[in-house]
Amino acid sequence: MKLLTHNMLTSHVKGVTKGYPLLIKATEVKVNEVEFNPQFISRMIPKLEWSAFIQAAEGLGHLQNLPSTVVPEFENNEDFLRDVHKVLLEVEVIEGCLQCPESGREFPISRGVPNMLLNEDES
Amino acid sequence: MSSCRRPEHMAPPEVFYNEEEAKKYTRNSRIIEIQTQMSERAVELLSLPEDQACYLLDVGCGSGLSGDFLSEEGHYWVGVDISKAMLDVAIEREVEGGLVLADMGEGVPFRPGTFDGCISISALQWLCNADKKCHSPPRRLYTFFSSLYASLTRGGRAVFQVYPENSEQLELITAQAMRAGFTGGMVVDYPNSTKAKKFFLCLFAGVMGVIPKGLGTETAERGMSSQANFTTQRSRFKNMKGKSVKKSRDWVLEKKERRRRQGRGVRADTKYTGRQRRPNF
Repeated sequence: MKLLTHNMLTSHVKGVTKGYPLLIKATEVKVNEVEFNPQFISRMIPKLEWSAFIQAAEGLGHLQNLPSTVVPEFENNEDFLRDVHKVLLEVEVIEGCLQCPESGREFPISRGVPNMLLNEDES
Repeated sequence: MSSCRRPEHMAPPEVFYNEEEAKKYTRNSRIIEIQTQMSERAVELLSLPEDQACYLLDVGCGSGLSGDFLSEEGHYWVGVDISKAMLDVAIEREVEGGLVLADMGEGVPFRPGTFDGCISISALQWLCNADKKCHSPPRRLYTFFSSLYASLTRGGRAVFQVYPENSEQLELITAQAMRAGFTGGMVVDYPNSTKAKKFFLCLFAGVMGVIPKGLGTETAERGMSSQANFTTQRSRFKNMKGKSVKKSRDWVLEKKERRRRQGRGVRADTKYTGRQRRPNF
């Protein structure tokens, strides 16, 4: 599970109002090489919940050079875009789980795939 | 693929698409070709801005056949599927998109405004069957469509390639999509060919769009439309053969019209025509 996916994922359990951001508990993390597309990164940055992104990166020990708030005029700042790209798309959680901040309910991650299937009483 | 015509009648999707079926499905060159073609058409119907890498949702992504096409087009995507076996094949094939194991009938688990668009190839019809006692297809369809609507950016589109079983199923799907706030309509490619005919449900989130013409409609009969727009008009339903249900008011009116054309004496049509009579009439 990439951090881009994680930034968009929320708990959809019935009755939960604050199911975001899911806390990552990782037991295995991998770093891959992914082609850098500066326009895509630039477009996605405003869509990200930046604090959740930083928190997730920090939790995985991959905060690297990322600032706590978005740099102004990032569209032309290639170094910043590359830094974001590395953490957003190249860091992957392979094993672990995602924990709901409200209920504590855990969604397991296996082979990089989070299991968001709900139980009968949760939907 | 198995020789059954409607796999959703055999078992729930996570059971039908087990390890063996997942491998067979993904190795079948004919299936790969068809799925790729349908993905191409779905992306075309998405009308995404040119030369821009978008962030897309692939509902029922399976082993990633459609996702591969999205990657080829330079897009980034997240795929959702209920079958662990199919997703395992996707992992082995090293697809570039993010994968999530989830049941679309429980809602798509993403923040509002996440995706620029959504495609779904041969998946939506699975939602129309109740695979568990607690399932209610209309409720699951609504939960899916309303969560999808929220997860799309304003002006985002969702295109579903579907294999509808009958008109009632199509009606069920479109009714729930409309309830969820979508506008849109159905594009039918090659409406006159039983083999080539393909249905694409095109939904718009927040903006009215123009529904494109179906392919292969130049040779269509005069006056026959290959698209259906959503409308709140109530229309009388004919069955799949195009005939009215026997003994209904429509059937009675049609029969009277037929007899008038034959020159027989027929009573005038009034508000009492075709009305249910009292049992001891």
